[in-house]
Amino acid sequence: MKQKRRVRVMVAKPGLDGHDRGARIIARAYRDAGFEVVYTGLHQTPEEIVEAAIQEDVDMIGLSSLAGAHNYLFPAVVQLLRERGADDIVVCGGGIIPEDDIDKLKTAGVQEVFTPGTPLDKIVQWVEQNVTPR
Amino acid sequence: MTSIAEKVVAGDIRTVARLIRDIDDGIPEVRKVLKELYPHTGRAYVIGITGSPGVGKSTLVDQMVAHLRKRGKTVGVLAVDPTSPFSGGAILGDRVRMQRHSMDPGVFIRSMATRGHFGGLTQSTRSAIDVLDAMGKDYIIVETVGVGQDEVDVVRSAHTTVIVVIPGMGDDIQAIKAGILEVGDIFLINKADREGSDKTLSDLRLMIEMDQKKYEHGGWKPPILKVEAVFDKGIDEFLEAVDQHEAYLARTEGGLDFRGNREKVRQELKEMVKARLWEEVLDRLTESGEFDNAVESIVSGRADPYTACEDLVLPALSR
Repeated sequence: MKQKRRVRVMVAKPGLDGHDRGARIIARAYRDAGFEVVYTGLHQTPEEIVEAAIQEDVDMIGLSSLAGAHNYLFPAVVQLLRERGADDIVVCGGGIIPEDDIDKLKTAGVQEVFTPGTPLDKIVQWVEQNVTPR
Repeated sequence: MTSIAEKVVAGDIRTVARLIRDIDDGIPEVRKVLKELYPHTGRAYVIGITGSPGVGKSTLVDQMVAHLRKRGKTVGVLAVDPTSPFSGGAILGDRVRMQRHSMDPGVFIRSMATRGHFGGLTQSTRSAIDVLDAMGKDYIIVETVGVGQDEVDVVRSAHTTVIVVIPGMGDDIQAIKAGILEVGDIFLINKADREGSDKTLSDLRLMIEMDQKKYEHGGWKPPILKVEAVFDKGIDEFLEAVDQHEAYLARTEGGLDFRGNREKVRQELKEMVKARLWEEVLDRLTESGEFDNAVESIVSGRADPYTACEDLVLPALSR
């Protein structure tokens, strides 16, 4: 029974944003890095994402938003995780996020934000370095 | 009882989620917890859903959950997806179809990857079934792509096994004929609004009728039903068929109560012994370096694999 812990991550699309190609590409990159990736599908509320993340026992939630509501949705996920005593789950985000918002999100507890053009390798590497399977 | 087992029995979501993770990750400490949970299991009704990719299993499971919840029943779901043989990673997407139930405290959904690890899918999924059973779920639905022996074995630990097909998959029915046709208790033709559903129905009926002798002696004759899961059509009738199968099992000795069924216990124990042996022996051989040495000796042409295998296994067992 000497199996190595495997990284489990959730890729989630909060809010009304209907575009998930980016999220799917990220999911694919994570899979190719050897992670187990739970994908939630579109139009998720922060509550649904947090509940699913707890049931799935993931180590990290990757939030994708292209529709501009990240300043509300990302911190809401972080806050709910805290309320549920699950703030050991790392939260990172990506999508169309203006430079000015990144610091605010980080202050709110989002650990890293990836904007368009970030190489997939870099995103995978960040997870490998910052997310420890529990 | 350990606090972990107590929390599982009390239905604590986080504890259940973490325990399933530990089972999947092969953490030896889980054995103690599983032993403690065993007296709290054997109450849930387990339904296995299997069929080729794209036939609509996840959508069907989503509708089943909705209907069972309307009946006031609690539901656990284990959705199994394949692990990539190349990276070891997996994309677990079954949840997409079921996310509307994520806020319902009466529903617990867990995605699992096949992994192909020690003990195999069968062992870890079975243990996960026990955990959901111990947490008090009335129904447990296990969804797998029904290819490969392991996955067929998984559905064998279900009370009712459901095979899902779609119209126009004639060749597919040919494929399941040899493999999992025998394990199906109910056959569903999903997406039945599509062309060819009558043809699929008669193909299936023909195959089932060929086993006529089995049913003449009071055996269960698998019904074939048409459903359109995405439109919520035919689900009530399908669940009635599950009820009928449950009633049939209740009339059969050891039908519902697997732990009183000598054949099931024998099968299960055999699987467990196999997994444990494999684990213990391979662990030991890997740690001592004997395994790698044997690989080297075969690669360099000094030994044949048959002798190498014998030299590894026999001494390991007599130690």
